[in-house]
Amino acid sequence: MSLSINLTVNGAPQDITIQDARVTLLDLLRERMALPGTKKGCDRGQCGACTVLLNGKRVNSCLTLAATLNGAEVTTVEGLAKGDSLHPVQTAFIENDGFQCGYCTSGQIMSAVGLIAEGQAGDDPERIREGMSGNICRCAAYHGITKAVQEATRAMSDTHTGDVK
Amino acid sequence: MPDTLTSPARFGSNAGQPLTRRDGIAKVTGVANFAADNSPANLLHAFYVPASIARGRVTHLDVAAAEAHTGVTHVITPQNRPPLQGDPSEKVTMFSFRIEVLQDDTVRYAGQPIAMVLAETLEAATEGARLLNPQYEVEPARTALDQNEPISVPPQGFGTPAGAEHGDVAAGHAAAVQSIDVTYKTPAQYHNAMETHAVVAEWDGDKVTLDMPSQALNMSCAGYAYFFGIPAENVTLRSPYLGGGFGSKAFPTGPQVLAILAARLAGRPVKLMLTRQQMFGPVGHRGATSQRLQLGVDVDAALTVLDHEGLAETSTFDDFIEPAANASQGLYAAGALKSVHRAVRLDVGTPGPMRAPGEASGSAALECAMDEMAELAGLDPLEFRLRNYADTEPGTGRPYSSKALRECYEQGAARFGWADRPLEPRQMLDKNGMLTGWGMGTALFPCPMFAADARATLRADGTALVETSAVDMGQGAWTALAQIAADSLGLPMEKLEFHAGHSALPDGGVAGGSGHTATAGGALHAAGSDVIRQLGEVASNDPASPLHGAGNAGFVARNGRVYVEGDESRSDEIAAIMARAGSLDVVGNGSASRPPEVAAKHAMNSHGAVFAEVKIDPDLYQIRVTRMVGAFAVGRIINPRLTESQLMGGMIWGTSFALHEEAKHDPRTGRIMNANLAGYHVPVNADVTGLEVITVHEDDPYVNALGIKGVGEIGGVGSVGAIANAIWHATGTRVRRFPIRIEDLIRG
Amino acid sequence: MKTFDFAQPTTVDEALAAWEPGSAWLGGGTNLVDLMKIGAMAPDKLIDIKRLTGLDQIETLADGSTRIGAMVSNADLANNPDILRRFPMMAEALLSGASGQLRNAATVSGNLMQRTRCAYFQDANAACNKRSPAQGCDAIGGVDDTAAILGWSNQCIATNPSDFCVSLAALEAVIEVQGSSGKRDIAFADFHLLPEDTPERETALQAGELIVALRLPTEAGDFAGNSRYLKVRNRTSFAFATSSAAAAMQIKDGTITKARLALGAVAAKPWRLAKAEALLIGQAPDPALFAQAAEAALAGASSSNDNDWKIELARRTATRALALAAAGTPARMPALPASPFVDQGDSLNA
Repeated sequence: MSLSINLTVNGAPQDITIQDARVTLLDLLRERMALPGTKKGCDRGQCGACTVLLNGKRVNSCLTLAATLNGAEVTTVEGLAKGDSLHPVQTAFIENDGFQCGYCTSGQIMSAVGLIAEGQAGDDPERIREGMSGNICRCAAYHGITKAVQEATRAMSDTHTGDVK
Repeated sequence: MPDTLTSPARFGSNAGQPLTRRDGIAKVTGVANFAADNSPANLLHAFYVPASIARGRVTHLDVAAAEAHTGVTHVITPQNRPPLQGDPSEKVTMFSFRIEVLQDDTVRYAGQPIAMVLAETLEAATEGARLLNPQYEVEPARTALDQNEPISVPPQGFGTPAGAEHGDVAAGHAAAVQSIDVTYKTPAQYHNAMETHAVVAEWDGDKVTLDMPSQALNMSCAGYAYFFGIPAENVTLRSPYLGGGFGSKAFPTGPQVLAILAARLAGRPVKLMLTRQQMFGPVGHRGATSQRLQLGVDVDAALTVLDHEGLAETSTFDDFIEPAANASQGLYAAGALKSVHRAVRLDVGTPGPMRAPGEASGSAALECAMDEMAELAGLDPLEFRLRNYADTEPGTGRPYSSKALRECYEQGAARFGWADRPLEPRQMLDKNGMLTGWGMGTALFPCPMFAADARATLRADGTALVETSAVDMGQGAWTALAQIAADSLGLPMEKLEFHAGHSALPDGGVAGGSGHTATAGGALHAAGSDVIRQLGEVASNDPASPLHGAGNAGFVARNGRVYVEGDESRSDEIAAIMARAGSLDVVGNGSASRPPEVAAKHAMNSHGAVFAEVKIDPDLYQIRVTRMVGAFAVGRIINPRLTESQLMGGMIWGTSFALHEEAKHDPRTGRIMNANLAGYHVPVNADVTGLEVITVHEDDPYVNALGIKGVGEIGGVGSVGAIANAIWHATGTRVRRFPIRIEDLIRG
Repeated sequence: MKTFDFAQPTTVDEALAAWEPGSAWLGGGTNLVDLMKIGAMAPDKLIDIKRLTGLDQIETLADGSTRIGAMVSNADLANNPDILRRFPMMAEALLSGASGQLRNAATVSGNLMQRTRCAYFQDANAACNKRSPAQGCDAIGGVDDTAAILGWSNQCIATNPSDFCVSLAALEAVIEVQGSSGKRDIAFADFHLLPEDTPERETALQAGELIVALRLPTEAGDFAGNSRYLKVRNRTSFAFATSSAAAAMQIKDGTITKARLALGAVAAKPWRLAKAEALLIGQAPDPALFAQAAEAALAGASSSNDNDWKIELARRTATRALALAAAGTPARMPALPASPFVDQGDSLNA
């Protein structure tokens, strides 16, 4: 059965036909929309590599069926920077070496953006650690990740009014 | 005449700088291209059926049901699999494994590929594979170390470690006034790089292009070429980034060979990406071990004997025997040393090297045993280790190329506050009533070099291109190797174009054994030096150059100038030499490896000391590692930022080994029941707090021209023991199995 | 994953009409989609209930009870200021579960319907009476460490993995369901079923019935000052409980006037402990009393799979949870919700 949805991805509304209701948002992005920045690490919601923002909130795209998303807005790692200008979280990940191989990084960054928007962790390292625990990093760049989220949180509250977008 | 390889390389302003990753922007914006991110036109998706039994035979596959599923194009089984030109049951090279590519219907371990389905979509391929609904003739599975007889496998190099014996072991036992005899068990662990194994294969006649994560590009090309009966140069392997490797991505695997075969069969590009569950089987793992350690000391607490017997699992069809017992060689000055390795053949996929093979498992047991011995001797664990400090390599008496372990102990202990540690266990409570314990472990990891080639091209415009098929799996090769290359040419980083991760480049060797920066970096350094030598020679022949008559060798480059080595007064600008010479590109080639006679002369190791604090709930026994200080002496640091990250990552692998990782086989079916990231735990962010890394300065004139020792694996080595020993110190309970869990402590 | 039909109704009535045998309700999908991928569930039809109107509200009803729509996300519920103030233990339980991403997607009713994490249930190649009645139970004698110590049968030793449900059992929530024959309430204690001889029957829902809301009675707010959820596990976060407990008290003038205690990860349902509660009421909070209550709580426990240690751990978990509840609900949600470890409050380098 084929399904049509309208999906806004990284600001661009698109009409999308999927042949099959089995398709997850992750596989839609990676295999059908040429947006492979979002990564598959477990495909079961157990690692966080596939994290995207769905209507502004971080979710695991591997467990989200594309068929359910008519009218939704999705932000992926490809949509975070504004031209050459990196998002503060991206900058902070580079500065704090919050990654090694880079494979979980898209998910880490989207999760961090989501976490900061949720506003529950602030710049408290323990709350950041807890809030980022849905994103596994096998290289174990956690020390840098926590510092990066802390620094980005501070940078964003300095230059913005707490509004992530 | 100094007894060194060469005079230490003169470095410019790049090496030693904590540069951020040159691939950083690509990775944070999602444009870094990993293998499975590629989707060429007309792509087919592959999915394979993993065996759900560990031993037996496949008796039926419902091929018709799979073929009937919409989108399925091919079902490949042992009955119709196209032939391979190379025999998968042969070892292609010493560094390869026998693989399973549907040779027949036998099942040798759970997770072995038993059929592959191709389809127009990933969903259809996945469901097609499920519909095959395999039926089996089942034989009893053997997946635990006590389920088969221990055997001795003759040492033949990689995977079949030789033991070692130095001194009179019997006399060492007899001379002991105190001794321990303890057995430690370590479980099967799986690499689980975040990026699962993948390949996108596309054939063009008898040439094939593979987008595939690889820790050894050129060696892999040769391996795949063997199976397909084509010259190695017909295989193009692109691996610009790996989503982690940890030893699992250096060898051809069955699933990847099958996908390449499927692409040739279908005449279309094929993409295969293993599921997380499929990572538990055909792509290697750290084999389970049982290690018996017998230690004895004299009245001064000097070790009279260090006797380490390792028993490790291997598969029924190939050999990789965890060289755990060898961890007891080379570290402590025991009167007699013995390391023995035996194996048990089990119905499991063949184990393989996993980050710090041998050392990780062996050190876990050794460092705990050292702690037990210190306890018996009534000594502080650090004091006990210092009493047995080796100033030359134990057994052989060879000098160390460098060894700042004493400084590691001192600096690590000072930073940690080790001096305040009570000797007895269960003495410390924190303000919340948590049992608090401090433990330590020594880290040692060898500094091997492999072989690598590189090319450097200095262009007329003053920029340079440097090339090698080196691998960045997260350790930072894109950055650190470029720093080395830039220095060899005397150029700033922005003048350097660095190409790696492609098999058409000069062979960058293997990213493994913590030797990649030393080896590929050595080749790059040699290539750059070759360019500078040629440039110096050009200048020497040029009457207009201040270097006129300087000869045809003995030049170094720095800050855009070529100098006569050792004579700061004689130099010329690179751009000026190039301009006068008519602006031709200067191409230099370089190689690096360590000659056997050099390797034989010194014991070459990185060293470290790790101090850990754990807190444990006194009733519930939940454990948290709250602090770790690791002090490491690892030779020249090319990039302190990336080095710290690697060492921290290694230390967290220590936490993972000590507290989390364990593959659990069902005792009846042999299937791994926790083959997923919810069941097979690795640390999450909340498990990591209070990490600190100290790098102790070390100049090593022998290890290689650049003085690089490598940092990829040593971080995890001492950490496991440090944490386990801290758990004992907190609770008074000595757990002799890993991982250490709540239930082990509550059982007491 | 098997192919399936997909329906996306917008009203509860449409949803109920769309239901047919073999259908499954799809909420956040965090459990169902996963189980479909691994073949542990294979519905013929998914009915997306996320768009049903009126199921995403949190409201206080005229009688003082709190009504939570079935499609409220776990994150929205846990971070709702009113919920945090009145039912902090429930919020703590929610925040101790899964990850930030999963809590954003997972729904209230989905959490109630969450299936066991027993590895043998999840493995389509293993025998499981829950997945396929009368097939047998490979978990018995297996290596799954989530096995039950209470209420198990020789047909099934699986446990319910939910944290949220443990708090709901303690707070005596009521579940509102709607079916083709109308609406009805199910008391929380009656909702999840023990395996006995029919482990495939996990809840009191009838075929085609839909959970539309959850109600917390007014009395559930009496525990705001003295209630905690405690979750013991082998990883600091993002792990299912090895054992857990929800403890709640009302303490007046140094005497426990009301008490609630439920255990998690020990049985096929959250294990409410009325006997232990009765021991507490009328007494002064005291460590010995808590130990005595916990002892009573585990009186009927038995090892299902060489897991005697878990009985001891559950007893200690209950004791500690009671002590934590008696000590008072923290003013702010702990940095590590439900963890035995309190906030390190540290800088990055200790």
